[in-house]
Amino acid sequence: MAELYEELGLTSEEYQEIKRILGREPNKVELGMYSVMWSEHCSYKSSKVMLSKLPTEGERVVVGPGENAGVVDIGGGFAAVFKMESHNHPSAVEPFQGAATGVGGIVRDIFTMGARPIALIDPLRFGSLENPKTRYLFEGVVSGIASYGNCLGIPTVGGELYFEEAYEENPLVNVLCVGVLPISRLTKGKAAVPGSVGVLIGSSTGRDGIGGVSVLASQEFDETSQEKRPSVQVGDPFTEKLEIEACLEMLEKGLLLGLQDLGGAGLTCATCETAERGGCGMDVFVSKVPLRESDMEPVEIMMSESQERMFAICRKEDLEPVLKICEKWGLDATPVARVTEGDNLRCFLDDEVTAEVPASSLASGPTYLRKEQKPEYRDRVNSFNPLELPVPSNLRDVFTKILASPNISSKKWVYEQYDHMVRLNTVVLPGSDAAVLRIKETEKGIALSCDCNGRYCYLDPYRGTQIALAESARNVASSGASPVAITNCLNFGNPEKPEIFWQFARAVEGLTDGLRELEIPVVSGNVSFYNESFGEAIYPTPIVGMLGIIDNIERRLEAGFKKDGELIVLLGQTLAELGGSEYLKIVHGKVAGVPPRLNWSAEKSLIRLLLSASSSGIISSAHDLSEGGLSVSLAEACILGKMGAEVELTGELKAHLELFSESQSRALVSIKPERLDELEKIALEERVPARVIGKTGGRKILLKGLFEVDIEEATYLYENSLEQMVAGGHR
Amino acid sequence: MRFGIVMFPGSNCEQDCLHVLRDVLNQDAEYVWHQSSDVSGFDCLVLPGGFSYGDYLRTGAIARFSPVMKAVEKFAIGGGLVIGICNGFQILLEAGLLPGAMMRNVGLKFICRFVDIRVETVNTPWTRSCAGGGVLEIPIAHNEGNYQVPAGTLEEMKRRGQIVFRYCSPEGSAHPDFNPNGSIENIAGICNQEGNVLGMMPHPERASELELGSTDGLVIWRSILAHCGARA
Repeated sequence: MAELYEELGLTSEEYQEIKRILGREPNKVELGMYSVMWSEHCSYKSSKVMLSKLPTEGERVVVGPGENAGVVDIGGGFAAVFKMESHNHPSAVEPFQGAATGVGGIVRDIFTMGARPIALIDPLRFGSLENPKTRYLFEGVVSGIASYGNCLGIPTVGGELYFEEAYEENPLVNVLCVGVLPISRLTKGKAAVPGSVGVLIGSSTGRDGIGGVSVLASQEFDETSQEKRPSVQVGDPFTEKLEIEACLEMLEKGLLLGLQDLGGAGLTCATCETAERGGCGMDVFVSKVPLRESDMEPVEIMMSESQERMFAICRKEDLEPVLKICEKWGLDATPVARVTEGDNLRCFLDDEVTAEVPASSLASGPTYLRKEQKPEYRDRVNSFNPLELPVPSNLRDVFTKILASPNISSKKWVYEQYDHMVRLNTVVLPGSDAAVLRIKETEKGIALSCDCNGRYCYLDPYRGTQIALAESARNVASSGASPVAITNCLNFGNPEKPEIFWQFARAVEGLTDGLRELEIPVVSGNVSFYNESFGEAIYPTPIVGMLGIIDNIERRLEAGFKKDGELIVLLGQTLAELGGSEYLKIVHGKVAGVPPRLNWSAEKSLIRLLLSASSSGIISSAHDLSEGGLSVSLAEACILGKMGAEVELTGELKAHLELFSESQSRALVSIKPERLDELEKIALEERVPARVIGKTGGRKILLKGLFEVDIEEATYLYENSLEQMVAGGHR
Repeated sequence: MRFGIVMFPGSNCEQDCLHVLRDVLNQDAEYVWHQSSDVSGFDCLVLPGGFSYGDYLRTGAIARFSPVMKAVEKFAIGGGLVIGICNGFQILLEAGLLPGAMMRNVGLKFICRFVDIRVETVNTPWTRSCAGGGVLEIPIAHNEGNYQVPAGTLEEMKRRGQIVFRYCSPEGSAHPDFNPNGSIENIAGICNQEGNVLGMMPHPERASELELGSTDGLVIWRSILAHCGARA
């Protein structure tokens, strides 16, 4: 067994612990089950000590972390269900299928709760676009997401995208899904009624994906990584689409006691987690599981990660109608398990017991408090002062370069490959600060934004994570929605390295403190460790997915200017802050300094101001300031609004700082001249600096005394750069 | 008016069509399951968008063998109104209810965005309310919208007024620059010789409410209602 447990990714201490729990040596099936459930991916063994500090409660929380996804009350009898997950390593090995099955997995988590999935958002990170490998990964991932999401008929309404050397061999593919349900249909993944039946629905079980969570997701990358391709599964969105419809129909009819998807760790995970949550045991009859290959062993059946499978628990008397609905949708459905009293998960091969372990011991897993140590690079990069660098004489040149940089320019090339309109809810299309979806049954809408600046987090993980949180809240508020809850996907390197765990710990502390400031909870999330290749870790990338609620969808705001002749007002204070900025990277090729300060009281004041100005209909548009500072925010408001602007920078800072500083807690709004008084009054009450910097209109982005750019030229650079860089590889 | 929305496994725009017909236009509308062989009692059948049977083969190639398609065919031959949107259009081509075939977009990528289409004829039940032709702003969302047809057939179709929509500039120029998918002569929608069967790649149901950015799709629905003497 010694070689086997190591091969399966378990440590010798973990093997000893398994022996202690069982009071004997585990057999091969049992060892396989422990190895997947105790993997970092499934057990959160390195992260759960830190994650327990996060605030998870709030008056809107219906279901917090621990279930398949978080559930938030949005009023009117409806709830939003949302969660973010990673599929980084599968996508690095096989970009199309890796990304596609990532979509499939997160969507299953959402309809498992009884919700109709209504939107997807995809935060992505890749290496430099100069590298042909990056272009291969990037194109593959985008078409994988498109092929799966489009076929399901779930709109992909937004995302975020950065290219940075730190992600060269280890791209990040995170996927957020949100669903909506009448609260009465809420379902949980639990088996709480002894005697009830577990039904396996959907695809048959094959040898694909065995050890995906342990061998692929919970180890670093090296030269053998390509050999892990067989651990990546192949997606079948059509079957999943049928599963959505069939499961929602069964839930609507009240036929199910519990529902769980089969994702990482396959049937092992689905059976032990539902049993553990319901305080029951379960008998699993592996010989009944429909197989793709006839000679599969019980351990393979229990570990397989074949996609598009659901595990439904129903009363014996409801089995008949459950099977009928599956038949209607052309889905295979087979009773494979029985819920029992007690705590034991038993696997039967015909009459023979091939595994018998306490379900809770599988589901809970070990807990580690990893060592942490401040990385040596921190002081070096932080001591760098970007203000000492020479200032380029041609600011127009800097402006156009930044506008065309792949991290800033329009992501149209990506989102036009996604069906972002199906379901008729997308009332703010991709490209604005947040995606806004109407909830047809009500007057309400929800806004979603995912954010994280990996450079900031590399320079200071605590502050960088706080900025990610603040920006997501600001984006949602700029759309007119109140931030109410978050999900997250925390992407880091190898947690067994003290420097990496130090980054992780600071990031979670930053998130915890920030959530307490905003008084909102985290309701779901995911941790992705081991994002390293050849010993080099990615930038710490804790991506925050914010959910906001708009009570009246008519009051939503977009980033683009709306009308000629309106006043442009800059809200918030600009400081001389260039650390980690896009300016510093584009002009000087550096990622250094300290990230911008974040003052929560200023941030909260700005958010209150934006919400009050949008709900009372005072302002015409709002756009937050982030990467690229005022220059980018202004250009985007013009390009999206298809009009120019005349602006005069009257601040005390030098022009390049006014334009490119990335100071936080700022937004750019446009307003009818006659309503300025009202805005100024709220700004005064909230103590938010508000400065009229110009007016909308014309065909130029004109910065008085500095430079001007035709709106056509700016639009061309902004909208075509990404496509040209991708196409560059095909010449 | 009573609309039947044909639902194949893998359809994904059927709820959108139902919403627009029922909630926006106040018409009777219900789903017709792909295994049904009865479409009597409907004034108009809608074949919605989606990925019928996953479209793993050629788009629409399996759906045309669904039991309901026999009934749809009979309904169409009897003069019943049938509109196929996106995947529905692809199915109508596969079923031979409309001439021509669909290829992958020239860029080999799925495209979702608003496009402008020019109304080429108002002499169909689907466009009779488009006074003076004009340009409609309606979204497309497809991977295979590159419509092709042999030159001879195309000439005949043109002569008979079967070309219903062409991709164009906002001002109405059907120049190749405004063709998103490579379809022959910028064709976005066609009808059969009798005019009662329409296939179009753009999604009128996605442009039927102001909140979604355009109401230009309504003119198509209203044309059908006017044709049948119904009230919106």
